[in-house]
Amino acid sequence: MGSPFDINGGACVAMVGKDCVAIACDLRLGMQALTISNNFPKVFNYAPSTYLGLTGLATDVNTVSDLLRYKVNMYRLREERNIAPQTLANLVSSSLYEKRFGPFFVSPVLAGINETTGKPFICGFDSIGCIDFAKDFIVSGTASEQLFGTCEGLWEPDMEPEDLFETISQALLAAVDRDALSGWGAQVWIIEKDKVTQRLLKGRQD
Amino acid sequence: MTSLLGHPAGGEGIGYSFSQPTAAPVKQHGFYPYTDNGGSTLGITGSDFAILAGDTRSTSGYNINSRMVPKVFKIGGDDETGEGAHIVLSVVGFAADGNALKERLDAVVKMYKYQHGKPMSVSACAQRLSTILYQKRFFPYYVTAILSGLDEEGKGALYSYDPVGSYEREQCRAAGAAASLIMPFLDNQVNFKNQYIPGSGEGHALEQKKAEPLPQATVEQLVRDAFTSAVERHIEVGDHLQMMIITRDGIQEVFHPLKKD
Amino acid sequence: MPGFDFSNYNRNAALHARGVPLPKATSTGTTIVGCIYDNGVVIAADTRATSGPIVADKNCEKLHYIAPKIWCAGAGTAADTEFTTALISSNVELHSLSTGRDPRVITCMTMLKQHLFRYQGHIGAYLVVAGVDPTGVGLYTVHAHGSTDKLPYVTMGSGSLAAMSVFESMWKPDLDKAGAVELCAEAIKAGIFNDLGSGSNVDVCVIENDKPTQLMRNYERPNERGQKERNYRFPRGTTAVLNQKIITKEDMKKYVTIETLSGDSNLAGDMDVDS
Repeated sequence: MGSPFDINGGACVAMVGKDCVAIACDLRLGMQALTISNNFPKVFNYAPSTYLGLTGLATDVNTVSDLLRYKVNMYRLREERNIAPQTLANLVSSSLYEKRFGPFFVSPVLAGINETTGKPFICGFDSIGCIDFAKDFIVSGTASEQLFGTCEGLWEPDMEPEDLFETISQALLAAVDRDALSGWGAQVWIIEKDKVTQRLLKGRQD
Repeated sequence: MTSLLGHPAGGEGIGYSFSQPTAAPVKQHGFYPYTDNGGSTLGITGSDFAILAGDTRSTSGYNINSRMVPKVFKIGGDDETGEGAHIVLSVVGFAADGNALKERLDAVVKMYKYQHGKPMSVSACAQRLSTILYQKRFFPYYVTAILSGLDEEGKGALYSYDPVGSYEREQCRAAGAAASLIMPFLDNQVNFKNQYIPGSGEGHALEQKKAEPLPQATVEQLVRDAFTSAVERHIEVGDHLQMMIITRDGIQEVFHPLKKD
Repeated sequence: MPGFDFSNYNRNAALHARGVPLPKATSTGTTIVGCIYDNGVVIAADTRATSGPIVADKNCEKLHYIAPKIWCAGAGTAADTEFTTALISSNVELHSLSTGRDPRVITCMTMLKQHLFRYQGHIGAYLVVAGVDPTGVGLYTVHAHGSTDKLPYVTMGSGSLAAMSVFESMWKPDLDKAGAVELCAEAIKAGIFNDLGSGSNVDVCVIENDKPTQLMRNYERPNERGQKERNYRFPRGTTAVLNQKIITKEDMKKYVTIETLSGDSNLAGDMDVDS
């Protein structure tokens, strides 16, 4: 049996632009080489401008996304405000490390804009909660190596939202086309200070 | 073994209803004749040229064996200078096999010239390389090879191989440790995959951007950018970039520095 | 002390027993060093985090805060070094509050080793602990299994041999501050260039008697990425979009009704509340 990370397949990427961030994922859900669904988004919304992508074992993607929804809802009720991306990052990290000796098989990617500072924020995690703070981009999933290649080649600093959309989309589509376990369409969220644009991309269906 | 526990040691399996795996078979000593020496290679062709490139780092584990072990070789030229060659071979994987393969193909191409009185064509050499690799089907040369030159019409030709000789002519190919990083970048920048012409239609009617052979200067820049990107994210790639540029005027070899960490 | 949750342990152990490999954690296949000098101690680290042969983070922080005058360099499993140092930092603070004294390096080192020993090496944190306290200068290494060393100069991580080769050939007694910083930076650079698990920049932290601690983040940056030769910006409209949805903050307000309640002070009292 292969690694639990490679059973269902999937890819996710986040990028920083000028006063904006973007997060994108593919739509495939598979069992080994067999595709089960082409409508399985891996990005979840936790606050008006805070999104979290989860790749890895699909059952854990669902469990972790629901667990975090519960925790974030409790936070919002307690604090009477939305969770900041930095706070969510620490919540995700400690939630994953709590399961240090029986981890969830997920690699989360977080993207958002801090409502109070207006600053873009992205970060990634390994399955036991080590945070990777990056200024440029974060990748995860079965196409992570391919995404590292395309993002490292295509990304540049201070892109406007429209340019950031083209770059993240091209980086994701190029990467998933070279990964047998990812693809089957893609979705992109462009997060600006007071607007979020969600787009469905045309990608190969094979 | 003396156990301080109440039950026999080794029997502390977790309480799970799955069948427990059977005990591991008796440990056998083995000799593994291959090593992975890391590194990466890349080839792109144009209308009247071909470029084959590779980094010059040789690794084993977390160590650097050498910062200057070229992976791209001129085939069928002078032993010392490589003068007179018109075919280039790149090998990445197990360096010792790569070297042996290069020596063998070099000898074959030279013998061909002596016996037939004319240089071997790139397509013939490509087929011969496939045969050489397949001859060792059950003890393979542990390498991914890329062969490049100019075809009979003077166009850039590039053939890529798996370790046992399956081959294909292509426009561009990356091989080795960072192949999975470089290849999708090339799909996008050389063959313009997933790129459409803005404003040419709505939804599914949008027109795809057509791939056409790129000019030499552009390809050289793409190769260098592909490698500087790979160096950033793959620990086994670095030190120097070796580029062989094949045109009808001959083969030009250039080196560029890469990061050394 | 820490609340580890083993609820997935049985599931994952069953999978592992059936041949499923363990998850790949981000490891700081690292070079970390420490060196004492006449009036203080210096620790340094590289900034590369890897996952297999791939660089996961090019500029991560491996120097962790424990107390104002005790810092820790971490190698091994990145999450473990992060959380172990955070936990001990918290306990050291509580301890110093309850004793009313400045924390000691040896106390911190003992807390770390007892924590790590309890977990029998499963918490993969390899640390260099350094600091100054009322008893003087302290420099220790702590291994994941709980063993410790006390030496004038130490190295750890995958680049430890490369770094130690620098110390063994260049270290001398009675170093001054500048000399110790330079020697540590040189040792880290040996790791950065000769060990594939280490790379990018040099972080240095100087802890000195009677002076505030200096964290010199990216003290040296010997591996800047060169300028790209081509421009990879795409013309807008290059990607094919099948459908689009825009969510604005303005729109969201439509779903929220804000009502100001009247000032009837008896309103709350009249409400029928379950007791």
